[in-house]
Amino acid sequence: MTVQTTGDNGNGHRSPVPEEIDYDDPRTTRFEKVKAAARQDGVEIVHYEPQFPAGGSKTEKRMTRTVSLMFLLVGLFGTAFVVLYIVWPWRWEQGDTLMRWYTPLLGITLGLAFLFLAFAILTWGKKLLPREVSIQDRHDGGAPEGDRRAVGQTLAYMVEELGVKRRPLLGLAAAAGLAPVAVVVGAPIVGGLIKNPHADNQMFTTGWAPIAEPDGSTRLVRLTRDDGTPIRPADVSAGGQMTVFPGIPEGATNVHADSPTLLIHLRPEDAAVARANNVKGTGHDKFSRADFMYGDYIAYSKICTHAGCPASLYEQQTNRLLCPCHQSQFLITDNAKPVFGPASRSLPQLPIDVDDEGYLVAKSDYQATVGPDFWERP
Amino acid sequence: MKRRKIDVRALPAKAGNEVEDRLGVATPLRSIINKVFPDHWSFLLGEIALFSFIVLLLTGTFLTLFFEPSLKEVTYDGSYAPLRGVHMSAAYASSLDLSFDVRGGLIMRQMHHWSALVFMAAIIVHMLRIFFTGAFRKPREVNWIIGSLLFWVGFLAGFTGYSLPDDALSGTGLRIASAIMLSIPLIGTWLTSSIFNGEFPGDIIISRFFIAHVLLIPALLVALISVHLALVFKQKHTQWPGPGRTNTNVVGERFFPRYTIKQAGFFMAVAGVIALLAGAMQINPIWLFGPYEAGVVSAASQPDWYVMFLDGSTRLMPAWQINIGIGNGYVIPPIFWPTVVLPGILVGLSTMYPFVEARLNKDNKIHNLLQRPRDVPQRTAVGVMAVTFFLVLTLSGGNDVIADKFNISLNAMTWAGRIGLLILPPLFYWVAYRICLGLQQHDREVLAHGVETGIIRRAPDGRFYEVHQPLSTDHKELEYAGWVVPKKMNRLGALGPAVKGFFKPIERPAEAPVSPGHPPVEAPPERREIESKH
Repeated sequence: MTVQTTGDNGNGHRSPVPEEIDYDDPRTTRFEKVKAAARQDGVEIVHYEPQFPAGGSKTEKRMTRTVSLMFLLVGLFGTAFVVLYIVWPWRWEQGDTLMRWYTPLLGITLGLAFLFLAFAILTWGKKLLPREVSIQDRHDGGAPEGDRRAVGQTLAYMVEELGVKRRPLLGLAAAAGLAPVAVVVGAPIVGGLIKNPHADNQMFTTGWAPIAEPDGSTRLVRLTRDDGTPIRPADVSAGGQMTVFPGIPEGATNVHADSPTLLIHLRPEDAAVARANNVKGTGHDKFSRADFMYGDYIAYSKICTHAGCPASLYEQQTNRLLCPCHQSQFLITDNAKPVFGPASRSLPQLPIDVDDEGYLVAKSDYQATVGPDFWERP
Repeated sequence: MKRRKIDVRALPAKAGNEVEDRLGVATPLRSIINKVFPDHWSFLLGEIALFSFIVLLLTGTFLTLFFEPSLKEVTYDGSYAPLRGVHMSAAYASSLDLSFDVRGGLIMRQMHHWSALVFMAAIIVHMLRIFFTGAFRKPREVNWIIGSLLFWVGFLAGFTGYSLPDDALSGTGLRIASAIMLSIPLIGTWLTSSIFNGEFPGDIIISRFFIAHVLLIPALLVALISVHLALVFKQKHTQWPGPGRTNTNVVGERFFPRYTIKQAGFFMAVAGVIALLAGAMQINPIWLFGPYEAGVVSAASQPDWYVMFLDGSTRLMPAWQINIGIGNGYVIPPIFWPTVVLPGILVGLSTMYPFVEARLNKDNKIHNLLQRPRDVPQRTAVGVMAVTFFLVLTLSGGNDVIADKFNISLNAMTWAGRIGLLILPPLFYWVAYRICLGLQQHDREVLAHGVETGIIRRAPDGRFYEVHQPLSTDHKELEYAGWVVPKKMNRLGALGPAVKGFFKPIERPAEAPVSPGHPPVEAPPERREIESKH
C-alpha cells in the first residue's frame, strides 16, 4: 500500500453529500470503502501512511521483535508477582527480615508488568500502525433558528395545555400539596442527624468537674496518668511536665477528648512570675486566677484553643508551649496567653491542689471554655 | 437429520446483521469509530486523573472487604508486635490487619493512597492546562465548572478516606476539621454536634465518613466524571491552531484504532507508575503513629499535599478574633477566615472565571482553537498569580519542617509566608505579564526578519551582523498564526535532525553544517542557501 492522500487542502471545502459507493464492487479497495464510511460521519481521511510501505523491512522486523519482547516481559513480571505473592514470607516479624521486601517486591513486579504492557501497546500503536490525519467537521452552535422555534413553540404549547394560568387554583393546590412532601423527604435526614450541642452543657464542662456523691457531698477529681494512677507532686521534677487525665472512668480515653491537661513543675523563679500574673489575669479574660497553682505546679488544658490539637511542645528555656499543628505559642508564665501564631485565646488553667492523701486534685472544673472557639462562647 | 452447512466466513456478517436488526447500533458505532480526536501531549493530563480514579475504585473496593468502620474499642491482637495489647478503635485495628494480616493488603492500601494523591495532582495540572490555553471559553464553561467541582469533591473524598484509619495523625486532622466546623458563626456548634452525633469525637463519625467515602462521594464523582466526559465527546475536543486547523473542524486521528490503543497504553502506564510508587515508597505508615488519642501529637504533622494549602492559610492567619458584644457576647474565631471563607472565595472565583473573562472581553463567540499562554498575557498572569498564591500557602503548610531542616526560625517562616502571600502574587503577575510580552515580541521579530542562524558576517565597512534566515520566500513579514514560530535552523530542516538513540546512536549522524569561515566549493544540494539582505 502506498501513501494515500486526497486532493483536499483541509479547509473544509468538501462536498456535503458523500458519494455513493458500491460495497460489493470488487474494483474498489477496502480502504476506499472505509473512507466512504468515514465521509458519512463528516470525516475526511486526508492522509493515511503506513509506516513500512515496503513491508518486511529491517526496521519493521526490529519493531515487531521489540513489541513481542515487551509482551513476554509482561508475562515474566506478572508471573514473578504471582510467585512472590505466594512464596515470599509476608507475616510481620521483628527486625530486618525478608518480610520487609514483600510489599516492595509486589509493587515493583506489578508496576513493571503494567509498564511493559503500556510500552508494548504504545509501541504497537505508534510504530507499527499507519499514521493518519483525518478532518472532521464540527457542528457547533446547536440547531438552526427554525428548529429552535419549533421546540420553543412545542414547549410553550405544553405549558399552556397544563392550563395553570387559566386555572390558578390548580397551581396553588399543587404547590401547597407538594411542599409538605419536600419536608417529608428532608425531615428524617435533618431530624435524625440534628443534635443539641448544649445538652448537658457539654461545650463548657470537662471530665474535671467535681463528682456529686450520693450523700450530697462532692468529690474532687484526681490528676492521673493515662493508666489511671494518681500523681504526687514529687513525681514531676522541676522544669518537667506530664500529661494528666481526670481520674474518672474512661478519663484517659477519647470519651473525654476535652480533658487532657499538661501539668508543669515550674522552676521557683518562673513560678513566682506565673503566680503574680495569675493574680492579674490577662487579655480578654481579666479574671483573677489567684490560688490556681499549687506551689510551683501549674496545669493548663492541652487542647489548643485554636483548632483543638494538643499544644504539647514545651520549651523549657522560654516557658513557651507550642502547638505543632499551626504553631500557636502560649506563654506559660503569663496565664498561657497566645504570643504567636493564629490562636487568639489563652489556654484555660486548671485550679489544682493536693488532697488528704497527698495526691494532686483539680479544685474545680476549668473556669474558661476548653478547646476550639465557637460562636456562642460567652 | 441433515446437517446444515455453515459458511464460517459469512458468520461475522450474518451475526452483525442479526444484532443490527434487533438493536440498530451500526450507525452510532460507525460514528464513534470515526470520531476524530486532535492529538497533543497536554490533552492527556485529564486522562491521568481518570485512570487513577479507576485504580482508586478497584483498590478501594478491595479495602472495603476488610475494613471495619467502627469506633468500638478493642484490644489489638494482630501480627504487629509493638502494638499488641494496646486499646484502640476497631477501625484502627482493622487498618492494621489490612497492613499486616491480609496478604497483599498493604500494597493495596498504598496503591489506593498513592492513586488518590496522583488523582488530585492530575486534576490540578489538567485544570492549569485548560486555564492557560483558554479551553474553558464558550461553549465549554459548564465543563470547566464541573471540573472545578471535581477538585472539591475529590478533596472531600480524600479527607474522608484519610480519616478512616483513626490513627493519631488522621484523628488530629479530624479534630481540626471539627474546629473548622465549630468556627462557623451561628450554626457552628449545631453543625458539629450533628455530624459527630454529640461532642467530638463521639462514637459514630467513622461509620458516617465510611458511607460517605465508599458510596455517596464516589457516586457523585462517577456522575460528575460521566457528564464531564460526555460533554467532551459531544462538544468535541479543542485543538491547537495550525495548518488546516480551523474553528469549525477537528484535525487528528479517528477514535479507532490508533487513538484507543494509545489510551489503553497510557492507562497501563498510569497504573504501572502507581504500582511502582506503592511498592517502592511507603505512604501513611499508620502503625508508626499509633491510635488516635486526644492528647497525643507529634511535630511535623502534615496532611496530604492537596490539603496543605488550607493548613498553610490557617498557619499564616493572624490571631484576629472578632468579639460581638451583644447579650453574653459572641465570637468569630480567626480559624473561620482561612478555612471556610477562603475556600468559599476560591470556589466562587474559579467557577465564575469563564464568565468574567467573556464579560470583560465582550466575547460571545464559540472558541474551539486553543490560545498560547503568551498571546493572552492578562489571563496567563492571573493564572501565575493564582499558582503563586497556592504555592505560598502550600509551602507554609510545611513551614515547621522547612524551619527545622534549614535551621530557620519558625516565627520568621510564618512572617515570610504572611508577607509573601501579599507581595509575591502581584510580583509574579507582573513578571509573567512581561515574559508573555517579550515572547510575543520575539515571535513577531522572527516572523519579520527570520531565524537567527548563529552565523556572524562582517560587512565591507567593518560592521558585524548576524545572518537571518527569512521564513517567507519573498522576504515579506509573515502574519502570526497563533502557533509555534520556528526559531532554530534545524526546525526549518536546514540542519540535520538530532541523532536518535539513547545509549548509542542508532543512525549515522547527518553531515555537519559547514562553517562559513571555510566556504564550501558548492552548497550541499538539498539545503537552501542561507542569505539575508540586512
